[in-house]
Amino acid sequence: MLGYDVSWAAFNIVEVMSSSKFTYKRIGYLAASQCFHEGTDVIMLTTNQIRKDLSSPNQYDTGVALTGLSCFVTPDLARDLANDIMTLMSHTKPYIRKKAVLIMYKVFLKYPESLRPAFPRLKEKLEDPDPGVQSAAVNVICELARRNPKNYLSLAPLFFKLMTSSTNNWVLIKIIKLFGALTPLEPRLGKKLIEPLTNLIHSTSAMSLLYECVNTVIAVLISLSSGMPNHSASIQLCVQKLRILIEDSDQNLKYLGLLAMSKILKTHPKSVQSHKDLILQCLDDKDESIRLRALDLLYGMVSKKNLMEIVKKLMLHVDKAEGTTYRDELLTKIIDICSQSNYQYITNFEWYISILVELTRLEGTRHGHLIASQMLDVAIRVKAIRGFAVAQMATLLDNAHLLTGNTQRNGICEVLYAAAWICGEFSEHLEDPMQTLEAMLRPKVATLPGHIQAVYVQNAAKLFATVLQKHEGETDSQVAQETSQLLIERLPLFVQSANLEVQERASCIIQLVKYIQKLQQKNVEVADEVTALFAGELNPVAPKAQKKVPIPEGLDLDAWINEPPSESESEDEKPKSKAVFAKEEPKHSRRHTEVDEKELARRREVRKQEQANNPFYIKASPSSQKVFDAPGVEHIPVVQIDLSVPLKVPGMPMSDQYVKLEEERRQKDKADKKKKDKKKKREKRGKGRKADSGPESEEDITPAQQVDIVTEEMPENALPSDDDDKDPNDPHKALDIDLDKPLADSEKLPVRTHRPEVLKSPAEDRENESIPQESKKKSSKEKKEKKKDKEKDRKRSKEEKKKKKKHKEVEEELMESQPEEAVQSEDTKEMAVPPTSAEASDLDFWLSSAPVPPAAQEVTAPSSTAAVDTSSAAAAESEPDEPKDTEPEDTKSSKHKKKKQKKEKEEKEKKKKKRHHHHHHHRHHSDGGGEDSVQNGTVEDEEPLPPMSNYSLLAENSYIKMVYDIQGNHQDESKVVVSVIFENKSDSFLKSMEFNVLDSLNSKLQRPDGAGPHDGLTVPFQLPPGVSNEARFVFTVQSIVMPQKLKGTLTFIVKSEESSTHEKLDFKLHFTCTSYLITTPCYSDAYAKLLESGDLKGSSLRLEGVNMPFHHLLARICFHHHFSVVERIDSCASMYSRSIQGHHVCLLVKTSDQTVTIDAKCDEPSLLGNVLDEIKQTFSKC
Amino acid sequence: MIKAILIFNNHGKPRLIRFYQYFAEDMQQQIIRETFHLVSKRDDNVCNFLEGGSLIGGSDYKLIYRHYATLYFVFCVDSSESELGILDLIQVFVETLDKCFENVCELDLIFHMDKVHYILQEVVMGGMVLETNMNEIVGQVELQNRMEKSEGGLSAAPARAVSAVKNMNLPEIPRNINIGDINIKVPSLSPF
Repeated sequence: MLGYDVSWAAFNIVEVMSSSKFTYKRIGYLAASQCFHEGTDVIMLTTNQIRKDLSSPNQYDTGVALTGLSCFVTPDLARDLANDIMTLMSHTKPYIRKKAVLIMYKVFLKYPESLRPAFPRLKEKLEDPDPGVQSAAVNVICELARRNPKNYLSLAPLFFKLMTSSTNNWVLIKIIKLFGALTPLEPRLGKKLIEPLTNLIHSTSAMSLLYECVNTVIAVLISLSSGMPNHSASIQLCVQKLRILIEDSDQNLKYLGLLAMSKILKTHPKSVQSHKDLILQCLDDKDESIRLRALDLLYGMVSKKNLMEIVKKLMLHVDKAEGTTYRDELLTKIIDICSQSNYQYITNFEWYISILVELTRLEGTRHGHLIASQMLDVAIRVKAIRGFAVAQMATLLDNAHLLTGNTQRNGICEVLYAAAWICGEFSEHLEDPMQTLEAMLRPKVATLPGHIQAVYVQNAAKLFATVLQKHEGETDSQVAQETSQLLIERLPLFVQSANLEVQERASCIIQLVKYIQKLQQKNVEVADEVTALFAGELNPVAPKAQKKVPIPEGLDLDAWINEPPSESESEDEKPKSKAVFAKEEPKHSRRHTEVDEKELARRREVRKQEQANNPFYIKASPSSQKVFDAPGVEHIPVVQIDLSVPLKVPGMPMSDQYVKLEEERRQKDKADKKKKDKKKKREKRGKGRKADSGPESEEDITPAQQVDIVTEEMPENALPSDDDDKDPNDPHKALDIDLDKPLADSEKLPVRTHRPEVLKSPAEDRENESIPQESKKKSSKEKKEKKKDKEKDRKRSKEEKKKKKKHKEVEEELMESQPEEAVQSEDTKEMAVPPTSAEASDLDFWLSSAPVPPAAQEVTAPSSTAAVDTSSAAAAESEPDEPKDTEPEDTKSSKHKKKKQKKEKEEKEKKKKKRHHHHHHHRHHSDGGGEDSVQNGTVEDEEPLPPMSNYSLLAENSYIKMVYDIQGNHQDESKVVVSVIFENKSDSFLKSMEFNVLDSLNSKLQRPDGAGPHDGLTVPFQLPPGVSNEARFVFTVQSIVMPQKLKGTLTFIVKSEESSTHEKLDFKLHFTCTSYLITTPCYSDAYAKLLESGDLKGSSLRLEGVNMPFHHLLARICFHHHFSVVERIDSCASMYSRSIQGHHVCLLVKTSDQTVTIDAKCDEPSLLGNVLDEIKQTFSKC
Repeated sequence: MIKAILIFNNHGKPRLIRFYQYFAEDMQQQIIRETFHLVSKRDDNVCNFLEGGSLIGGSDYKLIYRHYATLYFVFCVDSSESELGILDLIQVFVETLDKCFENVCELDLIFHMDKVHYILQEVVMGGMVLETNMNEIVGQVELQNRMEKSEGGLSAAPARAVSAVKNMNLPEIPRNINIGDINIKVPSLSPF
């Protein structure tokens, strides 16, 4: 507690927790939540206490227990209490419900097995009437989905609906974040999201929401990165909004703006680059966090043109920011920027080396090794720079005391490692190797870290070889001998080193030098042999190279190399191998030495023979070198350094001079070019054509040095594999569970079977509750089982259909003249199926339609527009972007390919089809309806349902046709949404449509603020000929018990080529009572309770001569009247629905011999009467 | 997910510590120290987000804080939380405290640590945001307090417990706690 240990009180805490008074219980749980954890042993004593509290009649006891448990839940507690908590998820009090929902996440983490059984209920809570519970459920699912997004893709339509309907910013933010995680898995989802998100960006005033929208749009754009050229508008919008954020005076917004900007940078660097000024400005901000973010962005800002300038600016910052972590960050950034994508932007490596050398003057940096590795990398990979690099490194070595003088500068001495190595390895470029050698052997070197000393020693030897080589030809061998002498004098210092590596190398080399010295005194030429020690180049090796070496064919590492020892032998072996560590060993080894020389030689011969025959033996031949000497490397022109400029400009840091040089050079280049251009112009003028000399572009900048950047070496035929960097210990890994599979019996949550103190009344209550629940669970399981079978059937039929489709496609190509008809008929077929479709294909389906205005629940095209719809659906499928989608099934993709070919042929057709584009959501909605009914368990089809539609005709004349549907809204009990589809039937353009309704006392059209009560609403689109589109209008209603009719008018302008006329169309909007009902799932236990409560009044209805299968009948009621099936037994079913104002409507539907009786109950008799009338009407129609 | 909620004063004295993931006590102290160190050296007019609390989590975590008069309210959250949302949540939390204590000050947090915890429990549960509507939070807290009152409050504690507390050998508590300007002035910020 407050950072102090109170574990001694653990047992007392448990005592207080079990107090019967709320006051103490609360304190107990608070204390427990502060100091209990998985290691607390008394925690296992609490299980029963917590269970008792969870089922307490007092909601605050339950609440306190839940809160406490959320902090100290252990796997054991989670397992034992999962079922109790799950029951609480459907508690009557929203306060408990939301807590129970939230704690489920913790339970899932500790006890992953509970996820699948609990998930259906969790999903159901997404549509809970209480916004708090809804928000909690969204919270939990988002948290789950963030870790394993692919399992939650099927929820996308549901979340999409929530996103378009919710007004709670918290929920919206969570959902939008979730979509950000889902889009990388499903690019089609992204396409669908872009439009609603851009709308939100435009409309919202909440900065947090705006920011998250922008973020998700960015994620979408990243997932779509290839193709999709027409999203530049979205990018522009994002960048523009972010610029506003960055320019804001609020530092928080500035920070976030930069953060989001860096995400865009990865895929669309160009659009960010235009804001360079702004970002450079942020570099001067007083806030470190903001400066760091701006630095991140700089990474993408650089080009060949401005690299030097930007780095110069950064170097200034480095000087200013003395002694902070910010400076280290700057340093790494400079190096990152310069080295990005294989030094792509560096035109002058001399400049880069001098920047690196300048960076070594930083005091107290931790990043010495980073600079060192850069130096090494550049020197090795850029051959042309070696001469310059070696010169610089020699100076560094000479001035090593500057770097090592202060203990604080320890980090930077890593640079000496690189310097020593470069000087040694490329010593042929050294002007005065003798001096460098001397510098490397100073006594002070012994104070450096061991690994650096080792490099010093080794490279001293290399230098020695060079010196020998240089001076051997000379008659006077004085220098060479002096060098040997120097080594012999200085090396003993290293021989005494505490570091083994240094010691070993020094001893080796000192012996070598002594030997050489002897030979020198005999005037034997040794230089060649000594140089041969260090012959051959060392190539850079890619870090992953080792991993990627393919396993040679036929290599079996598990196979015995020798004959496997026989049983008896291995028995013999055992005591022997033991003896190896014991007394027998010396004898053994002595025997080895006794083997005579001849024998050894013979064996060696045999081994060589074997090796030669063995294809897997790695031979000494330098095969790796071959890669390096690839043709083309050698004959790249060598640098010419312009020596007309003095090497040091007084009073100016080294690197600056290059900036100047570079500018001059570019100017010169430009001038040259201009001259050439002029020449060309002159030539061209004769022909009367102008050559344009635009501004200097990226390509115009030629690098100062022709550099050859050696790529890192990889083994031949390396495996292209991506590394799986996932942390195996991640607790979320266990939650990677497929949620769409049906539950197995073994997955039931453990339910307590015996309880000693059950006789209290609350406990009894609970028992009663749990019994129907279990039966429900079973029945739902059965349903799921059936569903699975169904799915299989459907898949089979789908496959058959696909074959047919393919066939058809061929036909289509043959009869190009009427391809639309073919598609149509094919599609009507599909139309018949959707109600049986399983969830996965639903998702596909949902996604395959392009962006839709805010989703409605159940809509289908009316039969009169069906023809248009089907063709439009076909059009949707052949949308230009469709073929890019990754379809799971091969057949489908091949279908798309064909479509693509077809499309090319039918360029003219496309226009026609596009006009139908706006239509296709009908189809989507019809499918949505089908999905709903499946989810509610209504349809157990033996045969497919006929297509159904909720849209009914509103009005029609020769210009326009309107169909409409009315839906209630979960969130608001007094609002209904009327979706009207306008279809232009004429050949003219329809515009300035205005929709107006004469309000009644009870129902009013919602108009924007400031509009008068009789003003019409402008329909937000225009209709070209043949196009249809959907608009939504919100109505407020007070009483919902009676159906109503509202008169209205639509006025519009018909614009044809020669004239434009005003037209109007009257209509009557019919608000049925059904339209106030919302499909709400209900569990049988709750349903039974509801019926028992006695608040409901009954009524009944008898329908004669209904000859349709029972499941059709149910589906119709579900679909047209927004009911859901609670339970169905043979020819009897109970159904449930809820009005937007919370009236419960329960139906019991029975059928026998064409007679259907419906017994209904509702807490509002007149509403019930009207609903029943409407049901009757539905069935009288057919 | 919220990983930790820390409230400490300008001198780094912790006033409320709530970890949603287990850390041993010495680690907790280190985290508080490190966080205080990071937060306290920042001006009031710089941004409220901080990366790089090395002890809690990795790069996925952010410190989001607000400074009210003498107190720092620091939330450590991962990337699934909206930064601006959490800033707003802190504001909601502080405003709720202000409502429940009527002009909340640091002393309230010292003497009614339990109540502060109860309020926090209605806002954040197990690291996840439970409720953001201030009226709802205040309503629930008050209902629970009423229930406590009806039970007679802590004064009805068994005599054994009272004597146990009295006999506890606590180090001497300073009589005069001089905290200076203690009222947390809650600026009215525009709702998010």
